Amino acid sequence: MQTDAPERMSLVLFSGTADKLTAAATLTTGGAAMGMEVDLFLTFWGLEAFKKDAIGSVPLVSADFAELGPMMREVMQAKRVPSWLDTLRGAREIGVVKVYACSATMELFGHKLEDLEDIVDEVTGAASFIDRAKDSKITLFI
Amino acid sequence: MTVTTPLPSIDKEIDARGSFCPGPLLELIRGVKSVPVGGTVAVLSSDPGSNKDIPLWIQKARHDYLGAFAEDGYTRFVVRKAH
Repeated sequence: MQTDAPERMSLVLFSGTADKLTAAATLTTGGAAMGMEVDLFLTFWGLEAFKKDAIGSVPLVSADFAELGPMMREVMQAKRVPSWLDTLRGAREIGVVKVYACSATMELFGHKLEDLEDIVDEVTGAASFIDRAKDSKITLFI
Repeated sequence: MTVTTPLPSIDKEIDARGSFCPGPLLELIRGVKSVPVGGTVAVLSSDPGSNKDIPLWIQKARHDYLGAFAEDGYTRFVVRKAH
């Protein structure tokens, strides 16, 4: 029996554009594959992207790279890149990935847990996330 | 790492060519889950990241790495499920 606590990786998803969410989903899958427990904390635009059926309306790239948006859309379609949400679902299939929604953002935008994609596990506050994140080997703010 | 030993027998082969990181690794992990212990799984990948990622995962997950076999424009990675 393994007694060591698994290594943990904690990501804050603040950004709500598909480019950054794709990067976050890829890293989440890498962490899950390498046996880490991955916690995602969704806040602000990162949380908005997880509203049910929002995926079609999530902007592809941040405003800094707006002129590259059409090119990225074309490339991603041509190369059949899976959506970041599907990649995250894949990560949950192979490992332990927990998705937390920031309670303050939920209040601010008037959302309930059932308004979010079913991949979101629960609504939590900053202190609870920090309590889990403080023992993480890897913490990223995306 | 590419090795040149003869290709081992393969119980399940997954074609992940054209899929990007983490696609091929994800497909391999699913494949390994789906075979019994002792079964061999191959994944075909054209993603250059697989050359390091896949052997690293196999080592971390403590399965048996049977090798990487270079083909034209892609690599066939073979693993035996050890537990």
